[in-house]
Amino acid sequence: MSARSQAHSAGRQADGTEGAGIQTHSGHRGLQMEEPLIFELGSPGRKGVDYPDADTTTDRLGGLARSRAIGLPSLSEPQVVRHYVRLSQKNYAIDSGLYPLGSCTMKHNPRLNEKMARLPGFSDVHPLQPASTVQGALELIHTLAHWLIELTGLPSVAISPAAGAHGELCGMMAIRAAHEARGNPRQRILVPDSAHGTNPATAVLCGYAVDPVPSLPNGRIDLSALKAKLDDDVAAIMLTNPNTCGLFEDEIIEVAEAVHAVGAYFYCDGANFNAIVGKVRPGDLGIDIMHLNLHKTFSTPHGGGGPGSGPVVMSAELAPFAPLPYVVSGPDGFRLVETPADQSAAGWGSAFGRMRSFHGQMGMFVRALAYMMSHGADGLRQVAEDAVLNANYVLARLKDVMTPAYDGPCMHEVLFDDDFLKDTGITTLDFAKAMIDEGFHPMTVYFPLIVHGAMLTEPTESESKESLDVFIDTLRALAGDAKAGKSERFLGAPYLAPRRRLDETQAARKPRLRWTPEEPAEAAE
Amino acid sequence: MRYLPHTAHDRGDMMQVIGVENVDDLFVDVPRKALLQAPVDLPMHAGEIEVERALSAMAARNVPAGSVPFFVGAGAYRHHVPAAVDHLVQRSEFLTAYTPYQPEVSQGTLQVLFEFQTQVALLTGMDVANASMYDGASACAEAVMMANRVTRRRRAVLSGGLHPHYRDVVDTQARFVDAEIIFNPADAEGLENLVDLIDDETSCVVVQNPTFFGHLRDLRDLANACHARGALLIVAVAEVVSLGAVTPPGAMGADIVVGEGQSLGNALNFGGPYLGLFAARARFVRQMPGRLCGETVDAEGRRGFVLTLSTREQHIRREKATSNICTNSGLCSLAFTIHLSLLGEEGFKHLAALNHAKACKTAAVLGGIDGVSVLNDTFFNEFTVRLAKPAATVVDELAARGIMSGVPVSRLMPDTGQDDLMLVAATETTTDEDIAALADGLRGVLR
Amino acid sequence: MSDLRFTKEHEWVRVEGSTATVGISEYAQEQLGDVVFVELPSVGADVEAGGDAAVVESVKAASEVYAPVSGKITDVNGDLEASPGLVNESAEGDGWFWKMELSDPDELGELMTPDEYKTFLEELD
Repeated sequence: MSARSQAHSAGRQADGTEGAGIQTHSGHRGLQMEEPLIFELGSPGRKGVDYPDADTTTDRLGGLARSRAIGLPSLSEPQVVRHYVRLSQKNYAIDSGLYPLGSCTMKHNPRLNEKMARLPGFSDVHPLQPASTVQGALELIHTLAHWLIELTGLPSVAISPAAGAHGELCGMMAIRAAHEARGNPRQRILVPDSAHGTNPATAVLCGYAVDPVPSLPNGRIDLSALKAKLDDDVAAIMLTNPNTCGLFEDEIIEVAEAVHAVGAYFYCDGANFNAIVGKVRPGDLGIDIMHLNLHKTFSTPHGGGGPGSGPVVMSAELAPFAPLPYVVSGPDGFRLVETPADQSAAGWGSAFGRMRSFHGQMGMFVRALAYMMSHGADGLRQVAEDAVLNANYVLARLKDVMTPAYDGPCMHEVLFDDDFLKDTGITTLDFAKAMIDEGFHPMTVYFPLIVHGAMLTEPTESESKESLDVFIDTLRALAGDAKAGKSERFLGAPYLAPRRRLDETQAARKPRLRWTPEEPAEAAE
Repeated sequence: MRYLPHTAHDRGDMMQVIGVENVDDLFVDVPRKALLQAPVDLPMHAGEIEVERALSAMAARNVPAGSVPFFVGAGAYRHHVPAAVDHLVQRSEFLTAYTPYQPEVSQGTLQVLFEFQTQVALLTGMDVANASMYDGASACAEAVMMANRVTRRRRAVLSGGLHPHYRDVVDTQARFVDAEIIFNPADAEGLENLVDLIDDETSCVVVQNPTFFGHLRDLRDLANACHARGALLIVAVAEVVSLGAVTPPGAMGADIVVGEGQSLGNALNFGGPYLGLFAARARFVRQMPGRLCGETVDAEGRRGFVLTLSTREQHIRREKATSNICTNSGLCSLAFTIHLSLLGEEGFKHLAALNHAKACKTAAVLGGIDGVSVLNDTFFNEFTVRLAKPAATVVDELAARGIMSGVPVSRLMPDTGQDDLMLVAATETTTDEDIAALADGLRGVLR
Repeated sequence: MSDLRFTKEHEWVRVEGSTATVGISEYAQEQLGDVVFVELPSVGADVEAGGDAAVVESVKAASEVYAPVSGKITDVNGDLEASPGLVNESAEGDGWFWKMELSDPDELGELMTPDEYKTFLEELD
């Protein structure tokens, strides 16, 4: 037991001086609790569960019984609950405030969706139960697929990918399998220089070389540069639309025509589908295949980094190559096509393989369908309109004090560069950290890479006008402070968060990736 | 619409500030012919009452595991999750935050990740673990790709005791890159010898422990054989609770351990979301996929946590990244960590012992039935039986009687001539009445 | 310092006899910020002028380091493993990356003198 008790200054001012100078004896500061690691809290003999005695007279472990202690701490339930509640209080979250993290679509997560996902008929069902006992689960997947197909205008969907990047992998593998079926996998994938890093990483996992395509000064893909790169060696283009600059690719139909003219496929990264859901169907734009991030557009909770869900909608031409498994409906109800043997028995399809164990992110499917049914066709359309409206409102009210990277209108997110900070000595990172002191989560910073000091700001449709006005007024004031030379509140920020700026260089030079029992707890100061 | 704050008045005011008359003026870059003028052909919005009614009706058309005698496993296990776990994972600050890109306001998530990484390393007996992958199968595929990078070789050997889904995902991942996979035939009896398949071009050997068929194996000789040839040993653990009772892979010479963490903290959820575990020797850390959380200090010298070694990842290294993974299984790892914290050292070992005891009892009862023989000498909480009738038929007939008896091997491995094999799993939730019901049912359908 | 020669990719090389020592320039380390890791080539490996030879990492970036000239790697700077910060403290001295045996000394003629490199940097800004 080595709970760290240490005194900390309270009331620290934005200029870095001590405020009231109060040192607390406990190390806590009002509602903000210092909390040790769970490994520093345990005491042998405690437990947070009660089980009946195990009958250990027989042992079929074949001499492989664990002989050494694991090293886990032992605590009672109230201690565990308090530990994790205290940790939770060190996090910023959508439920507590505006979270304008560009390209992540941090929208409200309705609690009805949580309630539905926890119905025992969904949560307490095993993926390998007999089909007769899971007809409702298969129906839910089938229904979700129908909604995704209608919303995208693409006729088929691979349901199993676990997240957006996993969906990209699925989509690009389907493309490669389709090319191979025609005898030539081709060599290159065209990826705009503004793309998310997952795009080039995915292309390489499918055995392709990445050929970057430059962007125009207006933030869109350079169509003539694209055309110059297109030949019968190009397997596909991976394009995000709306793109990572928050702009709709206005020449997208021409892009699709040019790509198809050389026999290549058009993969769309659907990360930004929230801007156009119910307004534009990707299938109408000439897109062949696209993943959808259910955790973005359809509001399944981000959970501190996941889980996500990344179903892939695709054209009839690519559909036969979709991975196993998938749901089909027949006279006897719904069933799963799970193995190549099932597929040959069905007489259709040649799946490129399997992406993961079992069938997909069912818990996310339930939440996403609850979200879609709640909004309906009309509400989803309103989602896109309000998301775009909110971003443009932010743009309109900030463009005189911050510097938009591109002329408007934008789609669901607005991109600023750091030109407005020029000669202030304040960087994008400093500006972001100062936002933390003001009670906001920063926007996505330094992405996309093609814009200097990028600040990609996505308010989402969940924010009211009042909420946006407070955010905008704060950013206006901060921009004013920056120009007025009040750099201290930026350079040392954040002052008021649970931690000041963290030393990432030390973390990377001498990685400490786990607690180790040998080391004594660090000295307090 | 209850989730959308704007009134028509708000929208009008905002459009005025922007300087447009109509919201479609903001969609000017969309080709006109593609801009939908009306809602798509789907139902209109609905209130909580209607949505709840529709989804509850679907849920009611499934048979929950907890409502019947239940012995289904094969890589996903029904365990009791303490009530506190689901309460805590629904805390707003955990549920509705994202990847901790801003560490100063994400210390809660980051400290949990640090605790999770430590727990996974302790359980597996390895040096370091990452902040999670999608599931056990995708973690396994990532491990093979990592072994190829570490050894600069391209040939992996897969055990016949590896879960068929893990095998298929590895195969898929290897399909389009310069990698070769050697598949050992399905090993229902637990007798395979992989040593002869290892040569100087082998990057790794992948085994599961306990195997898909439930057998426990001592991996020390295999580890030595791998290392003698410069290959890595990858061990997959599909039932993480087994690590409370069985010698961990790290103590038997594993270089990379992957696993399915669903059993702790996470419901069955019809197969997802689950939790991929990934642990390795410290010297391989820069070749690991996925996010890593590390300890450091803040500007006042206080301990804090950050995501670190990010140059391995796609958002920095792009086409040279170790993986394309971005979003992982964050909330599932939180549930895992809280569940394991409630269990503690003794609780976790007790849970494992209870699972083993229930399985021993189940095996003893089933082994006494005419037409049923237990294949395993060793197992943890799941074993394989040979039946006098095709297992798929038996499973369906028992399901009709309200008993979920197990998984027919033919469902996951068709065309391997193992139609009479069934996997049977027991956990701490299994009761004596469940075992008796299964035994009675089997006697009935095998008569 | 005058015995250094530079590439447009900001590597430097110092030649003594037929052995060359290679590192990254003072300008390059400033651009990178705190160096946290250096992935060095294997001793005995053959490298070609302009080919990938090492990787230098800061917290938020990873950059390829190219071989300025062709040849065989004969030694690497083992101190960088424990102290990658040497690259920041002494980029053109103790923070060297590797030594190599030149296979084609004529390639040195392609590289910039310190004065030429200085002019090159001024034009970059």
